[in-house]
Amino acid sequence: MDIREEFPMLLNNKDLIYFDNAATTFKPQLVIDAITEYYTSYTSNAHRGDYNISLKTDMKYEGARKTVKDFINAEKQEEIVFTSGTTDGINKIVNGYFVNTLKKDDEILLTKSEHASNLLPWFSLCEKNGCKINYIELDKDLKVTLENVEKAITPKTKVISLAQLTNVVGDIRPIKEICKLAHQKGIIVVVDGAQSVAHIKVDVQDLDCDFLVFSGHKMCGPTGIGVLYGKYELLDQVKPYVTGGGMNATFLSSGEVEYKSLPQRLEAGTQNIEGAIGLGSAIEYLNLLDMDKIHEYELKLREYLVKKLKELDNIEVYNEFSDSGIVAFNIKDVFSQDTAIFLNDYNICVRAGNHCAKILKDELEIKNTCRISLYFYNTKDEIDKLISVLKMSDMLLSKIL
Amino acid sequence: MNPELKRSILIDNYKNPKNKGLIDDDSYIKINTNNESCIDELDFMIKIEDNIIKDIRFDGEACAISTSTASVMIKTLIGKTVDEALKIIENYQNMIDEKEYDDIILEEAIIYNDIYKQPNRKKCALLPWNGIKDALVSFKNRE
Repeated sequence: MDIREEFPMLLNNKDLIYFDNAATTFKPQLVIDAITEYYTSYTSNAHRGDYNISLKTDMKYEGARKTVKDFINAEKQEEIVFTSGTTDGINKIVNGYFVNTLKKDDEILLTKSEHASNLLPWFSLCEKNGCKINYIELDKDLKVTLENVEKAITPKTKVISLAQLTNVVGDIRPIKEICKLAHQKGIIVVVDGAQSVAHIKVDVQDLDCDFLVFSGHKMCGPTGIGVLYGKYELLDQVKPYVTGGGMNATFLSSGEVEYKSLPQRLEAGTQNIEGAIGLGSAIEYLNLLDMDKIHEYELKLREYLVKKLKELDNIEVYNEFSDSGIVAFNIKDVFSQDTAIFLNDYNICVRAGNHCAKILKDELEIKNTCRISLYFYNTKDEIDKLISVLKMSDMLLSKIL
Repeated sequence: MNPELKRSILIDNYKNPKNKGLIDDDSYIKINTNNESCIDELDFMIKIEDNIIKDIRFDGEACAISTSTASVMIKTLIGKTVDEALKIIENYQNMIDEKEYDDIILEEAIIYNDIYKQPNRKKCALLPWNGIKDALVSFKNRE
């Protein structure tokens, strides 16, 4: 069966060309069915009841955790905590772990191409603890090299937090090598997997990263669900910054509280059960497609797109040498938002702006771009249509009013 | 106004905007507009003397709608009193928000009378005008 026929969004919108998969992705029918089934045949809370439908919910919810664990090859199921998304995940570890372990003048290594969700939690930590942020220098293709990481490390460096695959440049960082180097110096590595986990095979034991966070909706799952992975010994030291039901083992009127063990301790309140179930089902779907094949297909599609874009003399591509389906470009002398709105007239969805990487402009020397982000359901045919519209872009201004 | 003429006014103001580029002069009030819902970012400076708008200048990165309407606004408001300008701005905002408005006093700014049909462009069309309005209101409150 054609993959596209498994996506109701593609079936219901025959002329739509969706190139904003780094923002969110469409959901295959089986994910929607899994969520609907929870609401239509066994709605109940998890970890609560002694009756059948609740036990089924437990089984499905914890089953989703096992699916996630296998997908990223974590060692233990307890190392998988459900969150509301990547942002929540980073905040959980910054405010539950690093806030207690980092001291004044300790250094955090980031890059200027990080997404806001991997910058702002650290900014606010620096305000609280007086620690300091340093940026790893990017090379001429805006990539992170091991040499530049090594150069940026000082005796005060305590943590390196990086996207594995960035959301504007689309480069893949050498996380495994960075982890090896960092661990030799006692530095913890946090990996923002928001873009990578959806597009490439990620194996946390192979990478040897200490924490990994990602979101479900960027990988065919529902919104509002994400994952925080941490090596058990580290994750066990993360203090819950949200407390309440479901995460305590016992508490007394005197205020004495004993928390549950991992992962429940970090999942206070009724969880996003439909989200976890939907994510589990999305991962099963991706497993069927095979992550390596997805990546391979996206690279071929990217190569075709970049080649076609470069044939047009009014287009500037900013990340020709990246290793993912993310392509940043502008029509020369046209503001990115005008381009996006022009493409929208032809039912082509691209993102315009700074893509939440607001300090990347220091490196890119340009503030705003149009971004195409491909997924496995995109086709060469869609790229051909985009190119034919971009060829007409000299009428862009006259179409504005 | 016929669509062709509207378009040519827009393109002219976008490609050759009035008073683009800021200057170093302390007699101006400075305003930064940062559109929360889109990516336009424009800086304005305005000079008011004897309650009359003597000059407005702007700079920044913004879309064709924001840039052109900044230019049109500057042409419309220079020479007006603060109260006249506020009245024009109110009418312009009403036009964008599909409320009743006086089309005569809007001068060239009338070219944006169909923007309401593109909801994703309304914010762009309002950005410069909202920024200048805030500056004029705080100027009045200070006086």
